[in-house]
Amino acid sequence: MLNLSLKQLSQQLREKAFSSEELTRFFLDRIKKHNDRLNAFITINEEESLSMAKKADITIANGNQSLFTGIPIAQKDIFCAEGWRTTCGSKMLENFVAPYNATVIQNFNDAGAINLGKTNMDEFAMGSSNETSYFGAVKNPWNLEYVPGGSSGGSASAVAARLAPAATGTDTGGSIRQPASLCGFTGLKPTYGLVSRYGMIAFASSLDQAGPMAPSAEDCAMMLNVMASHDIKDSTSLPHPKEDYMTSLGDSIDGLRIGIPKEFFGEGLDSEVQKIIEDAILEYQKMGAEIVDISLPNSELAIPVYYVIAPAEASSNLSRYDGVRYGYRTKEYDDLMDMYFKTRQEGFGDEVKRRILIGTYVLSAGYYDAYYLKAQKIRQLISNDFAQAFQKCDVIMGPSAPSAAFKAGEKKEDPLAMYLQDIYTISTNLAGLPAMSIPAGFTKDLPVGLQLIGNYFSEGHLLNVAHQFQLSTEWHRKIPKEID
Amino acid sequence: MTISQEDIKKIAHLARINISSDESILLEKKLTGIMELIDQMQKVDTDGVEPMSHALNISQPLRADQVTESDIRKKTMPLAPETQESLFIVPQVIE
Repeated sequence: MLNLSLKQLSQQLREKAFSSEELTRFFLDRIKKHNDRLNAFITINEEESLSMAKKADITIANGNQSLFTGIPIAQKDIFCAEGWRTTCGSKMLENFVAPYNATVIQNFNDAGAINLGKTNMDEFAMGSSNETSYFGAVKNPWNLEYVPGGSSGGSASAVAARLAPAATGTDTGGSIRQPASLCGFTGLKPTYGLVSRYGMIAFASSLDQAGPMAPSAEDCAMMLNVMASHDIKDSTSLPHPKEDYMTSLGDSIDGLRIGIPKEFFGEGLDSEVQKIIEDAILEYQKMGAEIVDISLPNSELAIPVYYVIAPAEASSNLSRYDGVRYGYRTKEYDDLMDMYFKTRQEGFGDEVKRRILIGTYVLSAGYYDAYYLKAQKIRQLISNDFAQAFQKCDVIMGPSAPSAAFKAGEKKEDPLAMYLQDIYTISTNLAGLPAMSIPAGFTKDLPVGLQLIGNYFSEGHLLNVAHQFQLSTEWHRKIPKEID
Repeated sequence: MTISQEDIKKIAHLARINISSDESILLEKKLTGIMELIDQMQKVDTDGVEPMSHALNISQPLRADQVTESDIRKKTMPLAPETQESLFIVPQVIE
């Protein structure tokens, strides 16, 4: 069960090689065995998971199953799941039990999947190392002294250590792709608006997008089939026709034009990572792809723009945590103002406070034009760069992150160094484009991911481009030795 | 752009977050660092560029204003730190 793909799990469940209850129990046992060391999960609800599995087994016995019936999926703790504690990695929501399902959770429930548990994450998804979680840092299963990346670090650690066959993540500036790169598996951030944000705790609403995290591109395609849906409960959800992302897997990529942006191979990129990325691109050339040199001239502005837009939106979104309707409330206070001030002082961690303060500053009277409006204009320029590039190529490739995983504590006190982790991923969030990270090799026994960026709604194509690489390489099948 | 102690005091008030004086001193350096990073934007000429708010520049969809969920008070009220019947309890607001 450990190394079967989602498709194989589905087949074996259908053929009754094992039951969903056995499968779910198998992964729950692995979580029990390894979670103390990895800290990948915040909440496990064995009784509820097994109850879902038993129901799935009845569905299978009656022959009414769909592809996902009975498959356990780990859910990032940013998604509200009815009856489950949903913390978003924050003290503010330490005891929050969601009263409804996020659309992503509902879609998995409707498909018959099992909620295996809620995974750890950086507080309110703000971080690139999963060290800002109120529930403690997550470890990278390839080396426990290293970070798994973030913010979807718990999902990443769980998938890499095979504590779950697959997991969900969210990506605001790289939070699916960077951890996928640092933990050695496949992650996809879809086109903005493809997956509903309803019930997904908001960080930066114009950038947040949920996506799959799993060993292979094929697994991700199967998950995206469930996750993508037009949702009237999310006004930014796009009325895109439902697609089957599995059907394009197997198309030839002969003649594929791969754009290589020179800006992704400059200063700051680890030389061994660069070599691995270049080798992966060579592998594509062997498969018949052509290389096109492209330029994304405004790339270096992605981080400054992001650190205006994301904190601005976060400062607005996080104003809802006031200790009145739900969440944490300070114990002692003199009056209403005192209650707000202390609740937010005690409920939020340092990184979240920094971003709320930056966001408040750039939106405050007199600064709006100089910062927020300016950032939105440069965001348009960044988006235009991609539009021009896609006239010359079908897919853009480069590194997912500037280095392999770094040691825990190394960048924790240096926000600027941490922010640079997302230097290659942020621009696609700003443009709203779909992008993936796929395993491409190892440096010093740590995984390295290749990033693939596609045009709007090209997920099917992108997943196939990734799948073709995975047909001729084994990187995505590697499992950390420390975890048995 | 340098962030001063005075700025921190002002924005912390706007954001309704208590900041201790020790925290404020640490924040000054970190927030200034972030603002220096952000200030890289100022060198770009954006005259005539339309600001981008949605990735695909869609307009806001509209739908009929209909009740879609029945009374969810029983589910949501228990989440509040302090309630009385169907009301949220907060410290006195009006004298």
